[in-house]
Amino acid sequence: MIKKEMIAMLLAGGQGSRLGVLTKNVAKPAVSFGGKYSIIDFPLSNCINSSVDTVGVLTQYKPLRLNAHIGIGIPWDLDRNRGGVTILQPYESQTGADWFSGTANAIYQNIEYIDNYSPEYVLILSGDHIYKMDYEVMLEYHKAMNADCTIASMPVPMEEASRFGITVTDENNRIIDFQEKPKEPKSNLASMGIYIFSWPVLREALITNKDVPGEDFGKHIIPYLFKGGKRIFAYEFNGYWKDVGTLQSYWQSNMELVAIIPEFNLYEEYWKIYTDTKNPAPQFISANSNVERCLIAEGCEIHGEVHNSVIGEGVIIESGAVVTDSVIMSNAVIEAGTKVDKAIIAQDVKVGRNCEIGVGEFAPSVYDQRVYNADLATIGEGSVIPDNVKVGRNTAIYGVTTAEDYPDGLLASGGAIIKEDGEI
Amino acid sequence: MRAIGIILAGGNNKRMRELSNKRAISAMPVAGSFRAIDFALSNMSNSHIQKVAVLTQYNSRSLNQHLSSSKWWDFGRKQGGLYVYTPTITAKHSDWFRGTADALYQNLEFLKASHEPYVIVAAGDGIYKLDYNKVLEYHIEKKADITVVVKTMEPSTDVSRFGCVKLNDDGRVVDFEEKPIATDANTISCGIYVVRRRQLIDLLEKAHEEDRTDFVNDILVRYKNVKRIYGYKLETYWSNIASVESYYKTNMDFLKRDVRDYFFRTLPGVYTKLEDNPPAKYNPDCNVRHSILASGCIINGTVENSVLFRKVYVGNNCVIKNSIILNDVYIGDNTVIENCIVESRDTIRANTTYIGDPDDIKIVVEKNVRYQM
Repeated sequence: MIKKEMIAMLLAGGQGSRLGVLTKNVAKPAVSFGGKYSIIDFPLSNCINSSVDTVGVLTQYKPLRLNAHIGIGIPWDLDRNRGGVTILQPYESQTGADWFSGTANAIYQNIEYIDNYSPEYVLILSGDHIYKMDYEVMLEYHKAMNADCTIASMPVPMEEASRFGITVTDENNRIIDFQEKPKEPKSNLASMGIYIFSWPVLREALITNKDVPGEDFGKHIIPYLFKGGKRIFAYEFNGYWKDVGTLQSYWQSNMELVAIIPEFNLYEEYWKIYTDTKNPAPQFISANSNVERCLIAEGCEIHGEVHNSVIGEGVIIESGAVVTDSVIMSNAVIEAGTKVDKAIIAQDVKVGRNCEIGVGEFAPSVYDQRVYNADLATIGEGSVIPDNVKVGRNTAIYGVTTAEDYPDGLLASGGAIIKEDGEI
Repeated sequence: MRAIGIILAGGNNKRMRELSNKRAISAMPVAGSFRAIDFALSNMSNSHIQKVAVLTQYNSRSLNQHLSSSKWWDFGRKQGGLYVYTPTITAKHSDWFRGTADALYQNLEFLKASHEPYVIVAAGDGIYKLDYNKVLEYHIEKKADITVVVKTMEPSTDVSRFGCVKLNDDGRVVDFEEKPIATDANTISCGIYVVRRRQLIDLLEKAHEEDRTDFVNDILVRYKNVKRIYGYKLETYWSNIASVESYYKTNMDFLKRDVRDYFFRTLPGVYTKLEDNPPAKYNPDCNVRHSILASGCIINGTVENSVLFRKVYVGNNCVIKNSIILNDVYIGDNTVIENCIVESRDTIRANTTYIGDPDDIKIVVEKNVRYQM
């Protein structure tokens, strides 16, 4: 038998559909962030930095990249003989095979995994947020309050409160009301989707609610516990916390890292963010290049200009290319003479010579206005862009494109080229 | 697997000047994010050698720290592993390793307890990529007793710090001089040997009986007419960093794209202990040209034609030219550094100037006082 005081369950199964082509082939937690990281590195690093050494990662949507990234957990020191990281995927049993239909349902389907470690507490995390948090301190708080459930909450502007689960607390931080995405919020303290439960309490609630369709923490489990008179407390968090769920917020959060003293500081010695570094080689900046206000990760070859951008591992930017206000993910290649402005370019993309990415004025998307509503040109992983084409703003490209896809050599603002045959 | 590996990483060398005051040569940082021994270790790993011993003696602390976990090179498993051996006092003797052959002899148990038929012995200060299996195949094909990996240098190279060999048309070593003062040979030994394990045990026991301790002089040179010693010609990049001049030149070689492409963009790769530093950060008004930089650097000033290792901080209005800045150096504002090698963890105060000569690189050693500043 293994005994752990607290284990973490990390929900990483969501698609993150509002990231458009970025999550066409990978789950949102596997999307790269800040040059060399993946979004899931932040909660995973928080776990190990908080001495939580047993983490179940629940995956569902397009898990290959995520599984490969996590492996046996070496980058986060989560390769353990007892505990460590375990990837939990939906499975088939004698009674049938169910997808994870909701956040709480995913945990319900893995009660056996949790029971293996006989934990007293279970930490529920989501794999889509950028933040640093010491879960050990939160656990101390949970114990001190003799709580059944503790919800990490942070103040948000009142006008945004209706997008969140809102906790209303008394003077002891005990939650006296809980509103899921309320039209008229009674407080501005938003739930961050980070919970510590005393395991027997959660276990009972999961089993009782198991037949609720789409069993969800915010919608079902918390209200159920609340009705049952359980002790639910808010743990107030005032640090940096970002949901990078839209293209605009994803781009914005990356750009913020470039500030001289960024609000979210990756350079702190005592709360390192760990990741699977695939290419430890140094980066090269050539004699004719010009780089400033940017982050550049390992193994890059920079022969052109880079301004105000975040560049991932192993990227090649050839001479004469100019990259401004953009996020370029690992192993992308920007050929000579190409200009890139306000773009998000995913892994392994090849942009040909003398292209212009990000030209003209904003136009509403003809493809999907829910997802594409900013100035950004977004290019999905592995895409190829031929030489000498222009790509407008608020555009999306996915797949191997050729000159024929660009009438008059142009993809106009608001347009999209999506090649489904790139998908397996 | 047919071979085990031994990496000789114990030596000191006056040619490294102050740079070896705090570390063994094999632990010297190379090419921004690596250490010299990473190349031999990665070659071993990429050649599917599962069991590797590293023999250390001189200033082994930083090397031991680097090797604190073997998983970065994919050792650390039930079949084989990475073993670090330092001299120990035993019931029979209390000697240091008195030479390379003695170092091997003192670890004869490692050789005797193995079952693999061959041994690859490699120096820990070579910068190269090599599939040792190719050398092993050559060794078997030539029915050699010992195969030495050799490299033909440019005619103008000073070879006096190397072992120099002459080969006949078949590749057999017909002459072997160790560190000759004057020679007409320009083919040198890279310090990489393939030998049958039983053969090596016999040679080492014999040398020990005669109180001989050096692998090159007392085995290779002494036996060159008796044993079949062959040279395997290495045609790809190889460099030895065991002098300040060659250390500087080797690092500067990585400013060439073909060298980087060969090491970093051609499989198999080179591995190292990862440090998980954030990406390098280029602040407004920085000016970086023709340089390589490792992760975790923060640059505010000018950097030209230089190699910056991990976590180097360059302040405002600094000018760094033709220099190598080792790991975790803090450089205060308005500082000028030219033709220097700055020792790791130095704190360079603001408004200072260090200028070396292109033919006489200056080594800068300062205290780490940044937390008092």
